[in-house]
Amino acid sequence: MIEVEHLTKKYGELVAVKDLSFKVDEGKIWGLLGPNAAGKTTTMRILTGYIPATDGKATVASLDIFEQSNRVKKIIGYLPEVLPLYPEMTVLSFLNFVSEIKQIPSSQKKEAVDKAIGISGLESVRGRLIRNISRGFKQRVGIAQALIHDPQVLIFDEPTQGLDPAQIIETRKLIKSLKGERTILISTHILAEVTQVCDGVVIINEGTLMASGSLEDLTASFKEKEGVAVKLRKEGKEVLSLFGKIPGVARVSLEDDELKIEWAKGKDFRDEITRLIVEKDLGLIEMRPLGIGIEDLYIRIISGDIEQ
Amino acid sequence: MKNIWAICKKEIKTYFMSPIAYVIITVFLVLVGFFFYPLIWWFNSQSLQLAKNPYYYQQLNINQMVYSPFFHNMSIILLFMIPLLTMRLFSEEKKRQTDELLFTSPISVNQIIIGKYLASLFVLVVMLLLTGLLSIFTFVFGNPELAPVLNGYLGLFLMGAAFIAIGIFFSSLTENQIVSAILTFGALLLFLILNWTSPSAGGMWKDVLDYLSFFQHFNDLTRGILDTTDLVYYLSFIFLGLFLTHSIIQSRRWR
Repeated sequence: MIEVEHLTKKYGELVAVKDLSFKVDEGKIWGLLGPNAAGKTTTMRILTGYIPATDGKATVASLDIFEQSNRVKKIIGYLPEVLPLYPEMTVLSFLNFVSEIKQIPSSQKKEAVDKAIGISGLESVRGRLIRNISRGFKQRVGIAQALIHDPQVLIFDEPTQGLDPAQIIETRKLIKSLKGERTILISTHILAEVTQVCDGVVIINEGTLMASGSLEDLTASFKEKEGVAVKLRKEGKEVLSLFGKIPGVARVSLEDDELKIEWAKGKDFRDEITRLIVEKDLGLIEMRPLGIGIEDLYIRIISGDIEQ
Repeated sequence: MKNIWAICKKEIKTYFMSPIAYVIITVFLVLVGFFFYPLIWWFNSQSLQLAKNPYYYQQLNINQMVYSPFFHNMSIILLFMIPLLTMRLFSEEKKRQTDELLFTSPISVNQIIIGKYLASLFVLVVMLLLTGLLSIFTFVFGNPELAPVLNGYLGLFLMGAAFIAIGIFFSSLTENQIVSAILTFGALLLFLILNWTSPSAGGMWKDVLDYLSFFQHFNDLTRGILDTTDLVYYLSFIFLGLFLTHSIIQSRRWR
């Protein structure tokens, strides 16, 4: 649905985005991750037609964003990082205005505005001035204006920034509820948001692509070893050495009252470990697979520790 | 056309839903009234003094004695008011970053500029129409000629329209509204009094400075002379202002 090929954006001497390529499949939520000044907002601004690229190509729903800019703008809903709201307008008059500039036919305008208000949960504030509503409601108005023309693609730049925890949860729920019919690209700093909301990520740093793919594929490909974390009633050096004696186990360590048993990628020793726990009556409390978390993955990719 | 109307309607609402339009119109009308009263008072006193002398009494002309200076006074007041009217048009969008909504919508930069321009023009028309109330008295109690008065208003409208085009241009240059207003005021004042320096310039430069001056073209219109040169001059200024605004916005996005 979104295809970016060798995109480059220069501001004078500064290269904000450098030879960036990635792809987002239809109906998926994709996260654009990266530290500050990584080029996330610039990439989003190029995709939405706000600024042109210096070089490269990008298509949305097979439409070239530079050649068919107006058609692309009709199928994209965009929530910028700074909410584009007019505080002197009421929520309703603002959404009416947006429906007009998004070229919704007059006959469908009321229905579109009501639908956007309904989806975004703005019924209680529809007649209030935007300057007088809470930050959470302002964020919802921002989302409503992006949804109003029922776009196939949604681009959200830091959609939960500045919200309190309850509002963050609500906004994430709202974004997840939009999945399926629409393809969504979200930029965020919050890594937990990615695991909760996104199907995949594009990680960029200093305008360059560091990694991209579905979360499962990325974490699997970066896993050098596999293993389990085991919590037992019995502890001690002898327990450690018991598991260390299993042929093929590479490493056994004790971290935070948990035994971490690791082995080379592609093997599986969970049956042997379970048998040993039962035979020696070690008192199993918990056993879970060891995995590379998104935080780990992100830090290692950004720091250049690992490359895809 | 629908897109232009959407922008224009929103801008008009912004003007009238906030104190901006009311403050500008009220101050404008108070000042206009303040300048109009002494002119009428002076005309009346002259009429009374010369009433006994039919020859001189015949020479009294309300159009020349009241309306001509009245239009000039209004043009000076507009010089102060128009920068305040236009300063927010693009500066505020840039500062609030609401321009991101406009420029990512399927609507052209030209449509946005024209929509905003027409909204300011609407406020200007309201301001000028309301000054027409003062003319009710002159037409009820005196006998001014209508055509020169209408011509004068046409001149004011054209001059105000050119002022607005220049104001929009400066508004597109900066996100600071005060800077935008000061630049507009400076530019307008310069073009208004450009012909003051023309006598010292001499030769071709005198003609150029005279031609470029707002006042030079406005004088004809306030005297009731409708010359296409003056119309072309103001329309060129309007076109130039809007064209430069378009260029600035596009160049900023391409930078």
